[in-house]
Amino acid sequence: MAAFDLLRWIPLIPLLGSAINLFFGRALGKKTAGALACAAVGAPFALACYVFWQLPAAGIFRDTVYTWMDSGAFQVNVSFQIDALSAVMLLIVTGIGFLIHVYSLGYMEHDEDLVRFFVYLNLFIFFMLVLVMGDNLLLLFVGWEGVGLCSYLLVGFWYHDPNNSIAGNKAFIVNRIGDFGFVLGMLLLLTELGRQGVWTLDFLELQKHASMLSPAIISVITLLLFVGATGKSAQIPLFVWLPDAMAGPTPVSALIHAATMVTAGVYMTARLHFLFALAPETLALIAVIGAATAFFAATVAVTQNDIKKVLAYSTVSQLGYMFLALGVGAFSAAIFHVFTHAFFKACLFLGSGSVIHAMGGEQDMRKMGGLKSYMPATYWTYVIATLAISGAPFTAGFFSKDLILWQAFSHGATVLWGIGLFTAGLTAFYMFRQLIMVFHGDCRADAHTKAHLHESPTVMTLPLIVLAIGSIFTGWLGSPEYLWGSRWDRWLEPLFGAAEAHHGSVQTEVTVTLITLGVVAVGIIIAFIKYGRAGAKISASATEGGFFYGLSLNKYYVDEIYDAVIVRPFTACSVFFARFFDPWVIDGAVNGVAATARGFSSIWRGLQTGNVQHYVAGFLLGTLALLAYYLGQT
Amino acid sequence: MVPLNYYLILSAIVFIIGVVGVLIRRNLIIVLMSIELMLNAVNLTFIAFSRFLGSMEGQVVVFFVMAVAAAEAVIGLAIIISVFRHRETLDPQEMQLLKW
Repeated sequence: MAAFDLLRWIPLIPLLGSAINLFFGRALGKKTAGALACAAVGAPFALACYVFWQLPAAGIFRDTVYTWMDSGAFQVNVSFQIDALSAVMLLIVTGIGFLIHVYSLGYMEHDEDLVRFFVYLNLFIFFMLVLVMGDNLLLLFVGWEGVGLCSYLLVGFWYHDPNNSIAGNKAFIVNRIGDFGFVLGMLLLLTELGRQGVWTLDFLELQKHASMLSPAIISVITLLLFVGATGKSAQIPLFVWLPDAMAGPTPVSALIHAATMVTAGVYMTARLHFLFALAPETLALIAVIGAATAFFAATVAVTQNDIKKVLAYSTVSQLGYMFLALGVGAFSAAIFHVFTHAFFKACLFLGSGSVIHAMGGEQDMRKMGGLKSYMPATYWTYVIATLAISGAPFTAGFFSKDLILWQAFSHGATVLWGIGLFTAGLTAFYMFRQLIMVFHGDCRADAHTKAHLHESPTVMTLPLIVLAIGSIFTGWLGSPEYLWGSRWDRWLEPLFGAAEAHHGSVQTEVTVTLITLGVVAVGIIIAFIKYGRAGAKISASATEGGFFYGLSLNKYYVDEIYDAVIVRPFTACSVFFARFFDPWVIDGAVNGVAATARGFSSIWRGLQTGNVQHYVAGFLLGTLALLAYYLGQT
Repeated sequence: MVPLNYYLILSAIVFIIGVVGVLIRRNLIIVLMSIELMLNAVNLTFIAFSRFLGSMEGQVVVFFVMAVAAAEAVIGLAIIISVFRHRETLDPQEMQLLKW
């Protein structure tokens, strides 16, 4: 472990950028404020690259800023650390964050509140960096809550439309439910270890002492922490906020709700892999929930007509893959998918943003089509990212998703592998359906929109191109052994160790890969047959599509079910308490005490006449009484 | 020599006159004078005991009380004048603002 004083500047620079724009942003003007915000993320990216360059494979850099809490044996530092895992996340957050900042310069150019947008965005980067760089669980939690706050602020960014504010509230409240589990898990971990005489939340210390806990306690702790992860990373049952979070500006969806924040749950689980590895029941549950979420979200994505909703459900589905990988113990594969997914999903979201920008705010894919010729740069980057997420050979998604499926298969989770496989086919189908609906065929936009169609400015297309390149080549870092071997696994091996041992022969691995490719190809072909032909029917209403189509189009009525089962009873309870309990019981008790006191005082206050002579008489009587008493005594 | 009892009875009578004056008179100046009466009744007791016991301490206390009474009378009268200027009355029953 080496000290490295530069580390603190990585999160501090975005915080400074945010503060400067907060106080002086309007005075600086839009252009300067925007450039400043970009620089405040670009500089940490450069620092992160330098740190990454300096970091030896098994090394850890640490920078302790100050001691936050010091209570007996228990100490929490505000201290940043970089190891192999943090370094990867650091590069994703600053690198992708920087590209999206640059993109936002173009996307938000005409927005009055551009300065406020960049204040939030920089603040988000700060909290995200605290999350991935904190060297203890509490600091991670600070970042965890901070990104939740920024997510809320940015989802409700266009607050003039009450629906956006409601979506922001939903994101925040659903996350709070998960965070509650996280806090409980953290407290249980602290007190249970404290019972053994070890008061710490520091990751390295935790790792050393994790084996002191009993398996049952570890299971409870990891389950509670996983509740937190389901909230932040949009897994069943707490995924409902993510599709609604698309109400925010599209760069926000790309940065927060695809590339970085929603992967915090995956990061947390990988960070605490030494705990989770000791709780096989929790891991099994994580794998099942991951696979179920991946499948469930993919089936919803196939019928959505909103360009961003498709991507939102696709994100939920891909996060499900990551949790499937975590659940089968393939932590390195999960982080690898986080890494590649950040590139192609950010590219897709930014591409969709480019489309929305060109269409003047239209998000309904039924009103798009044929945009290929109007915006070639957006189209080609979108094609690459779509291929990547579908898992076409030698793109990033191919390597990472294939690795997850192979890990699931080789760990003997055949059913989960089957679900993952089918989901891969669905993914290919809905992504190509989207590609065709948006970019191919005839343009279904009205004449006014059509006249304004234009390719986006360079500040927007350039990040797209960089991300598209990343969507292909980032995957090459983690190729299977039968190709050119995985630099990725070697990089993370000191951290996750032998838990990643590969079983199974090369032939089986190749066969599994070929099966996946076959399923993906079928998905793509069905998409072209159904939507690609001239005059194909683009979409159906809920009734004419059949039962399953309607179910999927309405997202399995999950929102309605939650509304009926949780929200309405809860609201009814609140109304009861507000209308009856609060005014009658709480206020009644308080006012009752006051009224009683006033009643008694009205009796006694007659004695206080204000007349001095009455007081003197009382004084005299008292003195005489005392005198009589003492004389009576003797 | 006049017996001690006579002094004490006279002192008690003067003191009671002072107490009654404080309690029932409707003029602050009279009330103040009644207080002086009470003080001097006490002084009388001190002197009587001083003579009776042949000790000078009682007389010392009397001088002390007279000095304090003089100061008290000055301040009391000043307050009374000030009150009169504001209220045009010296009836203590009219002065009962300091209550609930």
